[in-house]
Amino acid sequence: MTATLDGAKTQGAEVREISLAQAVNRALRDAMTADEKVVVFGEDVGVLGGVFRVTDGLTRDFGENRCFDTPLAEAGIMGTAIGMAMYGFRPVVEMQFDAFSYPAFEQIASHLAKMRNRTRGRLPLPVVVRVPYGGGIGGVEHHSDSSEGYFVSTPGLHVVTPATVSDAYTLLRAAIESDDPVIFMEPKRLYWSKDQLTTSGPEIGKAAVRRQGTDATLIAYGPTVQTALEAAEAGAAEGYDLEVVDLRSLVPFDDETVTASVRKTGRAVVIHEAVGFGGTGAEIAARVSERCFHWLEAPVRRVTGFDIPYPPPKLERHHLPSVDRILDAVASLQWEDR
Amino acid sequence: MTVLATPDKTGSGFPLGFDAILDPSPLQYLDEHGALSGALRDDAPELDPKELLATWRAMVIGRRFDVQATTMVRQGRLAVYPSSFGQEACEIGAILALRPTDWFFPTYRDCVSMVTRGIDPVETLTLLRGDWHCGYDPQHWRTAPQCTPLATQAPHATGVALAAKLAGDATVALAFCGDGGTSEGDFHEALNFAAVYQAPAIFFVQNNQYAISVPLAKQTHAAALAHKAVGYGMAGVRVDGNDVIAVRRAVSEAAERARAGQGPTLIEAVTYRMQAHTNADDATRYRDESEVEYWKARDPLARLETYLKASGLLTEDVVAEANQAAEELAADMRTRLGEEPEVDHRDMFAHVYAEPTPQLLEQAAALQAEIDAESEAGR
Ligand SMILES: Cc1ncc(C[n+]2csc(CCOP(=O)(O)OP(=O)(O)O)c2C)c(N)n1
Repeated sequence: MTATLDGAKTQGAEVREISLAQAVNRALRDAMTADEKVVVFGEDVGVLGGVFRVTDGLTRDFGENRCFDTPLAEAGIMGTAIGMAMYGFRPVVEMQFDAFSYPAFEQIASHLAKMRNRTRGRLPLPVVVRVPYGGGIGGVEHHSDSSEGYFVSTPGLHVVTPATVSDAYTLLRAAIESDDPVIFMEPKRLYWSKDQLTTSGPEIGKAAVRRQGTDATLIAYGPTVQTALEAAEAGAAEGYDLEVVDLRSLVPFDDETVTASVRKTGRAVVIHEAVGFGGTGAEIAARVSERCFHWLEAPVRRVTGFDIPYPPPKLERHHLPSVDRILDAVASLQWEDR
Repeated sequence: MTVLATPDKTGSGFPLGFDAILDPSPLQYLDEHGALSGALRDDAPELDPKELLATWRAMVIGRRFDVQATTMVRQGRLAVYPSSFGQEACEIGAILALRPTDWFFPTYRDCVSMVTRGIDPVETLTLLRGDWHCGYDPQHWRTAPQCTPLATQAPHATGVALAAKLAGDATVALAFCGDGGTSEGDFHEALNFAAVYQAPAIFFVQNNQYAISVPLAKQTHAAALAHKAVGYGMAGVRVDGNDVIAVRRAVSEAAERARAGQGPTLIEAVTYRMQAHTNADDATRYRDESEVEYWKARDPLARLETYLKASGLLTEDVVAEANQAAEELAADMRTRLGEEPEVDHRDMFAHVYAEPTPQLLEQAAALQAEIDAESEAGR
């Protein structure tokens, strides 16, 4: 059963609302309880519970052998996780902020992503890399990158990004159970958003229609799902009935849900915070064009961050996709009747 | 001074026995009570009163800067501020040992060094206020942008040092780094390169005991960070990082060695981070108040002050002048940081390439149109 953003009660839901960060914590706890091979490590994940408190209490409750602080060395964290996975563990590691996964990139691109392939399937790597990502929290440089583009163009990695409390839980459980490496992108701007938790959910690779509509499809993921929903609400006042698709999983990509939605509406806008040029949205727009060409009333539009290094906090509001920018894109979709 | 593993020109290898190389006790001139400790008593004539007073004055001003910045973050005038309160001996001792022509590679925690270098406090805080990534002219100040990704500036220092050497200049490059940063791969690659090329670089580690919540013991199993120099074949020094005389001396001597073509030095300064990592951090989660108290008693400013008072150098006039200068700086910070900063959205596109691409020009124009429409609509 899928979660809903408006907190509609689904089976197994608790009445109490928890934050997205707490949902990730709960998923880690439940996975560690279920399988003693699950280990959590990274910078400050122990006593402090992570700089966002996502791993709060795990060392206290599971001991230092299950959740531990590492030296400050992302390549070391990543490489050690690879080695532990080779020996039968299921490491879940944290990169403290998006841009600090770059020192680990050699290990991620050359080894984490390719080990199964290089060994003809004999060495699978069940590693989860948690990456808090994205902007909108007033962070100084290197604390607001959207680095998913690097990961999605690295074959061998699954790339998953929840936008709701329940998805954060269920997708992380699924990621930990996966026998392939999963880059688990956590939209840090949504860490404090609250909702009721549903602990049963989709497998990796399924998008969700968050809002039904008939006029155009807004395709979003992670932090921009919320913005897309706000745009859809605002668009309703302007007479647009907008559908919102939350991708949840970038690799594998749910062509089925996206295609069905765009064939229904005939128009599409892809929204993400990362730069547009050569970005994930370009891939999505191409796929939509390939599959929906005869249904499309207009070219697929993208609303993304500018093609610039992430700006300083005082300017980030200009950079991030906004409700207005989304609605402008919708308005440009060749409406003959308007 | 306890120089670990300085290659000896006479060919005997290391001047000190292996035990001495691995002796982790730090070099100290002023003990925690502000009294001259062993090393300096033998060496006393070299203490220059003018230099001591200038150092003390810079420490008074540096600390006032730090306290004011911390206050301004509480008032919401700065987005974030990583304090270096208690680390002034490192921040100031190291920077005063450099020439203006030397290059400096600071991290987010090193605003006090930058102010001591002469950079305007508001320009120093541009990054942390969130106006722009770097507020000063790095070429003019010979100071790289403050580095946020850990230890990634260390190889740049190696590069500048190597270039200076190739150009035949007497320039030295000094990179700061935290104890945590020494675990990063970039740190090790920087040291190795610098040693291989005998580049005139100084790697100055402020071992303030914690990397956010992680204590030194979980960062390294070595008895001292200075020992890492041995493996690279470079000089390594461990100093009391709360003793400004020791720090200044250690850096001066490292710079002299570098200028004399004797290669890089790793300096480990043993100090303590008195405040939390940043305002966003809760230090009570990982350390005891008693530990903080222990270090309070080793305050670098109080230590020098005690010494200067006892030796009669610190006259009322000197104190009054320094305090006034510090208060003027603080007042200026309050006024100028209290104003809403002027940020220009066009800067986002202007400085990505020497010539903006056609795509960037398009995006800049679209944003301008948006902003114009907003202001027309009176928003
Ligand atoms: C490559 C990288 N990884 C992680 C971080 C996040 N981070 C910022 S400061 C910090 C602790 C640094 O500790 P240390 O090097 O001892 O310096 P200190 O802050 O104590 O001055 C961490 C983990 C970062 N900035 N860069």
